[in-house]
Amino acid sequence: MNPFGTLTPIVLLGVTPLVLMLVISFRRNHALTAVLALAGMAVTLAVLPAAVGPSGPPAAPLLVIDAYALFYMGLLTAATMVVVVLSYGYLDRAPGNREEFYLLLTLATFGCAVLTASNHFISFFLGLEILSVSLYGLVAYLRTTRTALESGVKYLILAAASAAFLLFGMALIYADLGTMDFTAMTSVLAGKAREPSLLLLGGFAMVVIGAGFKLAVVPFHMWAPDVYQGAPTPVTAYLTTVSKGAMVALLLRYGQYGGLLDYDSVVAVLALIAVASMFLGNLLALLQENIKRLLAYSSIAHLGYLLVAVIAASREGSHAVTFYLVAYFITSLGIFGIITALSDERKEADEVSDYRGLFWRRPWVSGALSLMLFSLAGIPLTAGFVGKFYVLAAGVLSDLWTLVILLVVSSVIGLYYYLRIIITLYLSPLEDPSAPLSATRRFSLPEGLVLAGLTVLLIWFGVYPAPLLGVIQAAIGSLA
Amino acid sequence: MSLAWILLLPLAGGLAAWIAGRWSDLWPRWISLGTALLHLLLLVVTWGVFFAGIETGQGAWLMVYKQPWIPQLGISFHLAVDGLSLLLLLLASFLTVLAVLTSWRSVTRSVGFFHFNLLLILTALSGVFIAFDLFLFFAFWEISLLPLYFLIGIWGYENRVYATTKFFIITQGSGLLMLLAILGLVVVHWQTTGVMTFDYLELLGTPMSESTAFWLMLGFFIAFAVKLPVVPLHTWLPDAHTQAPTAGSVALAGLVLKIGAYGMLRFVVPIFPQAAADFTLIAMILAVVGILYGALLALGQTDLKRMVAYTSISHMGFVLLGIFAWNELALQGAVIIMLSHGFSAAALFMMVGDLQHRTHTRDLGSFGGLWTMMPRMGGVGLFFAMASLGLPGLASFIGEFLVLMGAFQVNVPLTVLASVGLVAATVYSLLMMQKVYYGARTDDWKLDDTSGRETVIMASLIGATLGLGLYPQPVLTTSGNALAQMREFVDKARTPAARAAAAEARKEDAVASVTPDGGKRP
Repeated sequence: MNPFGTLTPIVLLGVTPLVLMLVISFRRNHALTAVLALAGMAVTLAVLPAAVGPSGPPAAPLLVIDAYALFYMGLLTAATMVVVVLSYGYLDRAPGNREEFYLLLTLATFGCAVLTASNHFISFFLGLEILSVSLYGLVAYLRTTRTALESGVKYLILAAASAAFLLFGMALIYADLGTMDFTAMTSVLAGKAREPSLLLLGGFAMVVIGAGFKLAVVPFHMWAPDVYQGAPTPVTAYLTTVSKGAMVALLLRYGQYGGLLDYDSVVAVLALIAVASMFLGNLLALLQENIKRLLAYSSIAHLGYLLVAVIAASREGSHAVTFYLVAYFITSLGIFGIITALSDERKEADEVSDYRGLFWRRPWVSGALSLMLFSLAGIPLTAGFVGKFYVLAAGVLSDLWTLVILLVVSSVIGLYYYLRIIITLYLSPLEDPSAPLSATRRFSLPEGLVLAGLTVLLIWFGVYPAPLLGVIQAAIGSLA
Repeated sequence: MSLAWILLLPLAGGLAAWIAGRWSDLWPRWISLGTALLHLLLLVVTWGVFFAGIETGQGAWLMVYKQPWIPQLGISFHLAVDGLSLLLLLLASFLTVLAVLTSWRSVTRSVGFFHFNLLLILTALSGVFIAFDLFLFFAFWEISLLPLYFLIGIWGYENRVYATTKFFIITQGSGLLMLLAILGLVVVHWQTTGVMTFDYLELLGTPMSESTAFWLMLGFFIAFAVKLPVVPLHTWLPDAHTQAPTAGSVALAGLVLKIGAYGMLRFVVPIFPQAAADFTLIAMILAVVGILYGALLALGQTDLKRMVAYTSISHMGFVLLGIFAWNELALQGAVIIMLSHGFSAAALFMMVGDLQHRTHTRDLGSFGGLWTMMPRMGGVGLFFAMASLGLPGLASFIGEFLVLMGAFQVNVPLTVLASVGLVAATVYSLLMMQKVYYGARTDDWKLDDTSGRETVIMASLIGATLGLGLYPQPVLTTSGNALAQMREFVDKARTPAARAAAAEARKEDAVASVTPDGGKRP
C-alpha cells in the first residue's frame, strides 16, 4: 500500500523539485528538465482522484486533504503545466542557465499545494513562504535585464514586509483564541461573545494585509504593475493565476472556519477593499499602453470582483469564487500565453500597438485573443461570463445590492480598455510597410496545442458549465 | 419538428461562409444567401402551418423545446414560438437576405468573416425572439452585440472605432443592469416559492412588493430603452448608424431596435403588470418626447444617414407609446410599426448606402437633382418617404393609426402631441426628397440608376410595405393570440382583487425573507 496515504499528491509535488535538482546537477538539459517538471505535475494530477478519501480525514495535524484541497491542487497543478510549456519556448531564447527556472516553478507550486490544504497557521505560513521565496527567484530570473532585477527586488521587499504583517496577525489571533488550528478556532469562536475583541480584530486586519498583498488588491497593489511588466511573461502568468489562486483557496477555507467573515467590521473593510480594487484597477487600466501593465490593473479589478463573491460567503458565494477563479485562470493563462508565444528575441510583444492589424496576419491567434478578452470583459459564450454571472448571482442572493451595482458600473468602465485592444487587432496594419512587424513569432506545436486547449475550455465552460459546476459543488461540499 | 434549426441553420451557414471565405470571395455570399433564403422559407412554411392552426383554434404556442442546461441554477434551454415571435423571426430572416444582397458589391474585404457576422446576428436575434428562459434570453441578447461590434468596427466608415465602442459600452452597460434585474427577480421568486428558476413562464406572476417591482422593472426598462431607443438613452444610435456599413445599419434599424420593443412587450409589462401600470404615464411621456425630438433632430441633419437614424428614434417612439397604452388596438399597432419600420428603415438605409457607394458622400448639401439621372432610385426614395410619413395604404399608416387610436383611450393630450410627430414626419420626408432628388444639380456626377440586384431588393421591400399596408389582417391574426394571452394575464393581475392577493403574498414574502435559507452560516 501507499505509505503516504492521502498526502501522496503533496509528496509528489515536493519530490518533483528534488528530482529536478538532482538531475540538473548531473546533466544540464533544458528539454529534459522541462519534460521532467511536466511529468511530475502530470503524475500528481493522475493520483489526485485516487486521493479522495471516504471522509477526507486530516492527513497530518497541519493539513487536511479533502475534495476541496484536491480540486484546488488539480487546478493549480494544471495551470503550472501550462506555464511550463509556455516557459520552455520563452527561456529557449533567453541567455544563461534555464534549468533552475523549473526547479523554482515546481517548488512554488508545492508551496501553493500546501496552502490549499493547510488547516493551521503554521502550514499557512510555511506554504506562503515556500511560494514567495521561489517567486523572488522567478521574477528576477532574467537577471541581466534591469527591469527584471528591479521587479525582483521590489517583490522581495514588499513580500517580506507583508509576511511580517501576516505573522504578527497570526500571533495576535493566537493570543486571543489560544489556537492556531482552523477547525479548533470554530469551536473557540462559537463560545465567544458576538463582539470581537480588539486583539482578534487587529489580528484579522494584519492577516488581511498579508493576504491582500498576495492578491494585489487596493491598497496593497502597488507592486503589481511594475512586477507584471518586469517579470518574464510566463512568470507573470504564474503570479496572476497560481499564486493568487492558492491564496484565494486558503482564504475561503480560513473564512469558513476562522470567523473572518462573521464580523461586520471585517466584512465592511473587505467590501471597501473590493470596491477600491474594482474602480482603481479599471480606471488605471484605461491609461496603460503596455499590455502586461494593463493586465496587472485588470487583474486588480478582477480580484475585486472575486472579493465580492468572497463576502457573499453563503454556499453560493464559495461556488461563485471557485468558478470565477477557474474562468480567470483559463483566460489569464490564455492571454499571457499568447503574449509569450508571440514575443521573439528582438522584442516582447507587450505594447498595445504591437497588435495592430494582427487579425489580418494571424486570424486564429487574434480570434483566440479576442475570445480571451471578451471573457475578461464578461461577454456570453465565454467562461468569464458565467463566472461574472455567478458572482453577481451570489451577491444578489446575499442582498449585497450596493456592491453588486458598483461591480456592474466598474466592469462597464473596464469594457473600454478590453475593447480598445480588441479593435486594435482588427484595424488595418500600419501604413509604413518598412517598419518591422512585431508579434510575428510562429508558435511551437506544444504552445499551439496548449493555447488551443485553453480556448476550447473557455468556450466549453461558457456554453455548458453544468459539469464543471457539479465538480465544484462536490468540492465545496467537503469544506463545510 | 424541433425548434433548434432556427438557431443552428444560420450558425452553420455562417461558419461555412467564414471557412469558404478562405478560398473565394464569391462563395461566402452565395452560402449566406442560400442559408438566409432557406431560413426564410422554413419560417414561411412554419407560418403557414401556424396560420392553419389558428383557424382550427389552437393555443398561442406553436412549438416548444425545453432541455435542462445548468440545472444547478434552474437554467434551462427553453425555446418557444408564438405569433409575436414568429413575425419578428420572419422580419429578421427577410432583412438578412436583403443585407446579404446589399453587401454583394460594397463589401470586398474579409468577405467570409463579414458574412459570418451577418448570420451570427440572425442567429442571436432569432435566439432573442424565441428564448423563454431569462438566462438564455440574456445570453442571446449579449451575443447579438458581438457581430454588430465587428460589423461596425471593421467595415464601417471614417469614425467607426468611436461609434462601435460607444455602442458596445452603452448597450452592454444597460444589459448588465437587466442582468441584475433578472437576478433580483429570480431571487425574489426563490424566496417566495423556494424554487430557483430562470424560466419566463414560471417567473410570470411572481408576487413582490411595490418598490421591489419598481426597481426590477426599471432595470429591464432601461436595457430595452437603450435598444429601442428612448430619448435620453439614444446617443449611441446616430453614431452607430452613421458609421455602420449598410448591412450593419439594416441589421441595427431593422432588427436590433426591435429587440428593445420586443423586450418591453414580452418582459417589462407582463412580469411587472402593476409596476408597469404605475409607470405608464412616464413611459408615454418619454415616447412622445422621442417622437418629437427624433423628428426635430431629423430636420436639422446635414448627413443623410444620420437623418434616417433620427427618424428611427421618432418611429420607435410610437412603438413605446403603443406598448404602454396596453390595449388591443395599440398593441397590434405597435407590432405593425415594428414590421413596417423594419421595412422602411432598411430601405432608406440601403438607399443611402447605394448613393454613398456611387457618390462617396452622405452630405445632404452635395446632393440635388438626382432624379434626372436615377429615376428608379428616386421613385424608391419617394415611396419610402411616403411610407415614413404615414401615407394611407402603406404599412406604417396602419401601425401609427392603430397606436394613436389605442393611446387615445388612455391619454388624450399625449396622443395629440404624438400626432404632431406625423406632421413633422411629413416635413422631414419631403425635405429629404427635395434635397436629394429634386432641385438643381450641384455636381456633374455620372451616376447609374439602380442595378438589377438593387431593384430586386427595393422591389421586395416595396412589396412588403404595400402588402402590409393594404391587407394587414394575416399579420394581425398571427400576433393576435399571443397578444391576447399577454393582455389577459396582465389585466387579471391589475384587477383590485389581484392587488389584494399580491399584498397578502407580500406579507408572507416579508416573513420568508427574514430567514431566506438555511444555507448561511450561523
